[in-house]
Amino acid sequence: MTPGAASEPIVRVEGLVAGYEGNALLENVNFSVARGEVFVILGGSGCGKSTLLKHMIGLYEPMAGHVFIDGDDIVSAEGDARRAILTRIGVMYQSGALFGSMTLLENVRLPLEEYTSLDPDAMNLLARTKLKLVGLDQFCGHMPSELSGGMQKRAAIARAMALDPHILFLDEPSAGLDPITSAELDALILRLARNLHITFVIVTHELQSIYAISDRVIMLDKLSRGIIAEGDPKVLRDTSDNPRVRQFFRREAELEPA
Amino acid sequence: MTSAAPEAKAQPAAQLELEDGADHSRVVRLSGRLDAYSIAGVWREARAALAAAPNRPIAIDASAVDYCDGGGVAMLVDLLRQPRAAGAAVTIRGLKREFQTLLDQFDPHAFEVPPEPPPPQTNTVEEIGRATAQVLRDIRTQVAFIGETSGALWYAVTHPRRVRWKDVWYECEQVGANALPIVTLISFLLGVILAFQAAVPMRQFGAEIFVADLVGLAIIRELGGLMTAILLAGRSGAAFAAEIGTMKVNEELNALTTMGLDPVRFLVVTRVIAAILMVPLLSLYANLVGVLAGGLTMLSFNIPLVTYLKEVDSIVDLKDLLAGMVKTPVFAVLIAGIGCLRGLQTQTGASGVGISATRAVVSGIVLLVAVDGIFAVIYYILDI
Repeated sequence: MTPGAASEPIVRVEGLVAGYEGNALLENVNFSVARGEVFVILGGSGCGKSTLLKHMIGLYEPMAGHVFIDGDDIVSAEGDARRAILTRIGVMYQSGALFGSMTLLENVRLPLEEYTSLDPDAMNLLARTKLKLVGLDQFCGHMPSELSGGMQKRAAIARAMALDPHILFLDEPSAGLDPITSAELDALILRLARNLHITFVIVTHELQSIYAISDRVIMLDKLSRGIIAEGDPKVLRDTSDNPRVRQFFRREAELEPA
Repeated sequence: MTSAAPEAKAQPAAQLELEDGADHSRVVRLSGRLDAYSIAGVWREARAALAAAPNRPIAIDASAVDYCDGGGVAMLVDLLRQPRAAGAAVTIRGLKREFQTLLDQFDPHAFEVPPEPPPPQTNTVEEIGRATAQVLRDIRTQVAFIGETSGALWYAVTHPRRVRWKDVWYECEQVGANALPIVTLISFLLGVILAFQAAVPMRQFGAEIFVADLVGLAIIRELGGLMTAILLAGRSGAAFAAEIGTMKVNEELNALTTMGLDPVRFLVVTRVIAAILMVPLLSLYANLVGVLAGGLTMLSFNIPLVTYLKEVDSIVDLKDLLAGMVKTPVFAVLIAGIGCLRGLQTQTGASGVGISATRAVVSGIVLLVAVDGIFAVIYYILDI
């Protein structure tokens, strides 16, 4: 199991039928994410963005299709092979999902304790460098409940980066944040992408964030049950022929289908 | 701590070699792949090398490092931050530009280990005082809650149309109907065990028939109601605490309050009414199953069921049945009230809900037994 070559896409989704409890939300989804790219999955509420993300990180089993992470299929991988794939990805959930009974430092240390044989003080220092990267080094000993929503999300990114993953998946990073905090988070994502060469796969519908950070987007649609647009968001906004794409980028109210 | 090799790496694992430099310095030569999975041994060796040469300059030669991620950078930061004598600084040379860019993001001296804070002085008297104050606060909260719930129940009695009866029936199903299997099983086993344990010694005196008196009185006056209540404290009390606790964590209680809805009236009253309706019925059912189980057990001691039931009928009168049943609505209020109170007291975080459920069960059972004892004393004084 070796990571794919630099020219190969780091994430490849092939023929994915995504859904749960027998209901397909998305059918025959195909796309790929290039190494080092900030890739955004966007679309209106209920179109299956978060569901697609959960299939990509192996939380949901697809009804059909494959998701290749660095060349390895997370859908069919089991046991140690699956754990090996999971060490190459980091995930930040919409709520942050920090463990409330642990300090920030302990939250970030947890993956290191499970996957490495570093000394405790080495783990502490490594965890502090991750918190430093997201600007939270001085809050190491704080509990998540003592932090603001934006700080919790930054801490969740630090935890997701604990094992230096190749790819970070972020689910609605801007949700519930004020515009300034949201912009700060966007700047952090860009800084991490450029300096650490991490590939980002981000689910969001915040247009400001999409324009600010994304290299490429795919747009999902509830009615089409799949991808209706792919490319640079500004180009899509200005040139797309698809009325639903134009509607989304122009922030128009959704029309009832005829 | 477990270690897992996550993937086969193309680069060789991290290695360290030591040699003496030209200018009295010590050279630490690093090579291979520096990441969190491979640096544990190298990190220890490098620290030891620094400690072994406290007065010599240390040159870390990283020119043979093929890969360095956050883990490797953390190790280099650690080596750079070590306190050193004057003229014995640690320097890094030969690190590839992309890795140097990563390292440059950190100021090693920003990560100096802070001095250990002095251990907190524990004063026994202060600790006892704090614990006492906590207990008193808890009692005060419970008294306030009893008052609030009583007020809400009185409001429900005087304004029955304002009660959310749909929720009450739902809770009745949860507390009552869904508890039937476990109540049946425990009551049956209780009757069997009581009868069997009593019958064996009594047979020596030819007094097996009096087992019916013992089982009948014990179950109908005492154990039927108490065991049912303890079962429900573990089952429904914990469920109430967890449900309301989760609602509190999810800010649903705040939503109720800001909508002008009293959480006690909305959530507690429905559950207390359901418990008051269901606990006596379940207790009555438990009495029946327990007594019948005793009768079935006595068949194996050649006591016919009819004889057994006639003996129970002769010794247990309406007064005994009422003595057992009067307690059950009080038990119901305790189970539901404590469960809801602990739910409302839930602290934030996932562990908060678990702690509330545990506290609901523990304090519920303690209070049930205490109240049952009070009833026993009252019955004794009143000669019931």
